[in-house]
Amino acid sequence: MDAYLRLYRNFIFGLFTFRIARVSFERDDDNTVRAQQGTAIRLVNPIDTRLTAARGARATGPLARALAPAVGLQDALFHGAASVMGLLIVVLAALLVATMLERGIDAFSAFGPTFVVTSTWNPVVGEFGVLPAIYGTIVSSMLSLVIAVPVGIGAAIFIVELVPRWVAEPVSFIIEMLAAIPSVIIGLWGLYVVVPIVRQIEAFVGPRLSFIPLFTGPAYGIGLLAASLVLAIMVLPILTAVTRDVLRAVPSSQREGMLALGATRWETITRVVLPFGRQGIAGAIILALGRALGETLAVSMVIGNQFKISGSLFAPATTLSSLIATQFREADNPLYVSALIAAGFVLFCTTIVVNVIARLLVWRLSRVPGGRS
Amino acid sequence: MYEIALRRRVVDHLMVALCGLAAAIGVGVLGVLLIHVVVNGVSALTPALITSLPTPLGVEGGGIAHAIIGSAIIVGIACVVGIPLGVGAGVYLAEYAGPRAGALVRFTADVMTGVPSIVVGIFGFALIVTRTGAFSALAGSFSLAVIAIPIVARTTEEVFHLVPLELREASLALGIRRWRTISSVVLPTASAGVITGAMLALARMAGETAPLIFTTLGNNFWNVDPTRPTAAMTLTIFQYAIWPYAYLQRQAWAASLLLLLVILVLNVAVRLTYRSYRGS
Repeated sequence: MDAYLRLYRNFIFGLFTFRIARVSFERDDDNTVRAQQGTAIRLVNPIDTRLTAARGARATGPLARALAPAVGLQDALFHGAASVMGLLIVVLAALLVATMLERGIDAFSAFGPTFVVTSTWNPVVGEFGVLPAIYGTIVSSMLSLVIAVPVGIGAAIFIVELVPRWVAEPVSFIIEMLAAIPSVIIGLWGLYVVVPIVRQIEAFVGPRLSFIPLFTGPAYGIGLLAASLVLAIMVLPILTAVTRDVLRAVPSSQREGMLALGATRWETITRVVLPFGRQGIAGAIILALGRALGETLAVSMVIGNQFKISGSLFAPATTLSSLIATQFREADNPLYVSALIAAGFVLFCTTIVVNVIARLLVWRLSRVPGGRS
Repeated sequence: MYEIALRRRVVDHLMVALCGLAAAIGVGVLGVLLIHVVVNGVSALTPALITSLPTPLGVEGGGIAHAIIGSAIIVGIACVVGIPLGVGAGVYLAEYAGPRAGALVRFTADVMTGVPSIVVGIFGFALIVTRTGAFSALAGSFSLAVIAIPIVARTTEEVFHLVPLELREASLALGIRRWRTISSVVLPTASAGVITGAMLALARMAGETAPLIFTTLGNNFWNVDPTRPTAAMTLTIFQYAIWPYAYLQRQAWAASLLLLLVILVLNVAVRLTYRSYRGS
């Protein structure tokens, strides 16, 4: 462990004061932190220089005495500014809740609880109930998790347990890159690539399994099934990344004990690693659920936006977020706008609850000592 | 020597193979998506697309210059406002916050990153658009900044924690004030990580669509006045994708390719910076 920090003398050139500073730091013991800053010459505030000099002289001169409170003031100002910016996050969050409530209150007071349990959406007469959108949101999110969870957990197991680092790193990087792709591009791809494939699947499966209500109706391609597939792709990265971190936090001694008893890799994973990380994995799934509930663009491009509850997965539907996104431009009276904002508020509350639960689950597990990371 | 029962061995190999398949699906999806975007987008990605404005609807040709400049303005303003605020909030979390206030801010920031972007869009609409009475790039920038601030704050806090305490102590022992220690010693040491967070936030903002629907609205003409409705790349892709004109759909693919290039370059650059920063 070596740490150096040297501040060389200030020098004055013309009207300006410069400071030559050298800061460097290295930690070689456990190879974790290495930060270096070479020699730097930088312009400093002359007042500041004088203050430093004055402090060095134990603040005896009249000038130093006069400026001494200012030194504390600088610190106080910096502290104050940082605190304001930190608390700004809390203020923004509170403002968000207050604004949404204020603007959505018209719809809530006009319809009360019936807003979330009725299925009328009639802007002409001003009647709004969002049940079909809630139905579509829940079904598409759940179905996407059914598709994505096995793939995401499998990929995380592959990354942490089964392959050496030089394979694991790029694989996990590529899967995480999926999260960086803008929703609208996934929507575009979904509309022109996934939807035609889904249409063929529906045309194939539909006539053969039509005795099951889930698989009835014409094969549009566009609909709940396509939306769920696209959503599954979008939640896959977060699912894989969080599960990967959770599995890495499982202590190696747990695995070694199991392997020493003669267990196979798979037995070790299912009987020790996964049970140890189950809370964190549950957190990962719920986090993915939160992502799926709020996803807008990609879903609205492939779900068909039909305001109707239909038992079939092949049928077009709508979600809260795609309802808001597609209807917003048509909202021409205050109650209509208020109804959309209220729908947004319902969505907001749901995702907040889901996210808080997920955070608590993931946080608790990340404190286990002795993991792989 | 002992023999593992055949059934256990088969199950082991089968499940390991399935896990490999799962990883392959994840990698494959990204590959297929990228190939489609490149194949569909490259033919329409011409200099004219980048430099010209849209033609009247139905007339072949034209470009997305208005959307490129619009995105640059919206994201630019959001960066200028959001990133310093985010870094400041991160400094507060890492250096000043007490346990209670820190937990509150940290938790709020984490929850804010999980708020659907469409909700943030509605927030921008309700707070800015209805008050000023106009859709504007500024309202869009506000929404994007609300998304970016918690991300930047949390990454800044994390890299600040990586800066060793000894470095701060060395600086303080030399009689350097705390704020100078933070701004001239800790911040430069952590700069690579802070830049990483800022670039990730930038990439995220560039790809956002939902918040812009309610705030900047979109525009089919050249506009550089941030107080007026403004076009954006993502909004244009969304619009063109569902319009029944083949040449506009081609332009949507080309715009997607352009946007993806920017975002992937940013992400890969971040990855490389971060790796060299951590020295592993």
